[in-house]
Amino acid sequence: MERERFEPRIIGFFCNWCSYRAADGAGTARVKYAPNVRVIRLMCSGRVDPSFVLKALASGADGVLIAGCHPGECHYIEQNYKTMRRYAMLTQTLRALGISERRVRLVWASAAEGTQLAAAVDEMVEDLRLLGPLHWSANLREEDHEAAFEHILHEHEQAMEVTR
Amino acid sequence: MADKGKLAIYWAASCGGCEISILAINEKILDVAAAFDIVFCPCIMDTKARDVEKMPDGTIDVCLFNGGIRTSEQEYMARLLRQKSKVLVAFGSCAQEGCIPGLANVTDRAEIFDAVYCTSASVDNPGRAVPQTETRVNGFLLSLPVFYDTVRTLGQTVPVDYYLPGCPPEAPRIWDAIVAILEGKLPAPGSVIGAQTTVCDECPRQRNEKKVKAFKRTWQIIPDEDTCLLEQGLLCCGPATRAGCDARCPRVNSPCIGCYGPNAGVQDQGARLMTALASVIDSQDPAEIDRIISEGIPDPVGTFYRFSLANSLLRRAAKVPDEQRHELPLPKAAGAQE
Ligand code: SF4
Ligand code: SF4
Ligand code: FES
Repeated sequence: MERERFEPRIIGFFCNWCSYRAADGAGTARVKYAPNVRVIRLMCSGRVDPSFVLKALASGADGVLIAGCHPGECHYIEQNYKTMRRYAMLTQTLRALGISERRVRLVWASAAEGTQLAAAVDEMVEDLRLLGPLHWSANLREEDHEAAFEHILHEHEQAMEVTR
Repeated sequence: MADKGKLAIYWAASCGGCEISILAINEKILDVAAAFDIVFCPCIMDTKARDVEKMPDGTIDVCLFNGGIRTSEQEYMARLLRQKSKVLVAFGSCAQEGCIPGLANVTDRAEIFDAVYCTSASVDNPGRAVPQTETRVNGFLLSLPVFYDTVRTLGQTVPVDYYLPGCPPEAPRIWDAIVAILEGKLPAPGSVIGAQTTVCDECPRQRNEKKVKAFKRTWQIIPDEDTCLLEQGLLCCGPATRAGCDARCPRVNSPCIGCYGPNAGVQDQGARLMTALASVIDSQDPAEIDRIISEGIPDPVGTFYRFSLANSLLRRAAKVPDEQRHELPLPKAAGAQE
């Protein structure tokens, strides 16, 4: 039997003026693409605080896709340049924490580029299938935690008995 | 003496600086002594866990707990002191957010033991002996606490009533907190006793437009004394750090390194700092931006999360990094046209 295919969970932060419309356009034009992105619409990619991305990853997402207007075309003048710089700092930080930049992608897509956006989503999904689940909470599990605590509790109880 | 309060001061994964910072309130320590009996403080007096275990629950009025939770013994003491204390204060950066001990969350127990006991230049340990939790000596079982992979904060371990930030907390802020406790004028439980704004707010330096083409390390320039350090290319954490120290470091020509933790309403200090710096970097070219960051911020985790890694959204590094899982070609450069 074939092993069940891993379906990555991706959180998308899409700019209202371009990428969200691009995604909408892709839908209207019946472009087929992977259904793995849960899209959150923001007014501008500049609204994406790195903490949104970190929270998504910490809470179980396998990847995050940020999409905004092409550089120079942001409706809030130059916010997407800030996105570009934040993205660079964030991915360098994540790399140092062992999270590949394949999991956090930044793409530019104008409202007319539904097909390109759909292709970027497909590509990211394929990439994450190869990379596997992130499953961040597993990193916080302390293997011998329960046993260790039981042990020390027992020791202190025993010590109390002795002095009584 | 019946109306005196009972005070406990304890340390876990910390450096001992917090105890010293309490003494920095100088002669006011006499007022503390007048108001409280110190019932437990292994740093300065011969008190044992046993003494605390024997107390009925809620006996201690205020416990100032400094240090993060690295071992099972520290976790035991945190739970014990929580049970015995009416008010539990996470005192200082280690208890609040892990601080420097929490930076070891980029690695794990096996690697730490290896570095400390086996591979460090000053160690001669060909048999690679590392601490075990149990050993038998003359038929007796001796044990050591378990060393965890991940440093946790006090608040991640037990419910905490108040947080007092700083590495270490500044004496005037400690005194403010003591007065608030004595007068019963405390904020809502779970809150930070401290300022709401950022270090920049207390900083006297001149601010103009911040635009930098390169970050410099402190040894590379002698900054001018009056202008904002960030404008001069020094990575100052002031914009993302809670006020309370009266901008101690910028006042002596040194950038803030973030020891007061994130400012009010922010959980992840590193994310906040990245957001702030995004407006400062003067480039619109992805390759140049990448270079400015990798050359100027060679250790992003240690820079953005020097004090707060254990309390950040991710809390630690991946135990198995993505790069070790699969050998795949990198995707197209950041921001490249898709
Ligand atoms: S960035 Fe640093 S030097 Fe500049 S105003 Fe803020 S605290 Fe002062
Ligand atoms: S300036 Fe920053 S690093 Fe220096 S004491 Fe204040 S908060 Fe801590
Ligand atoms: S409005 Fe689309 S990225 Fe700013």
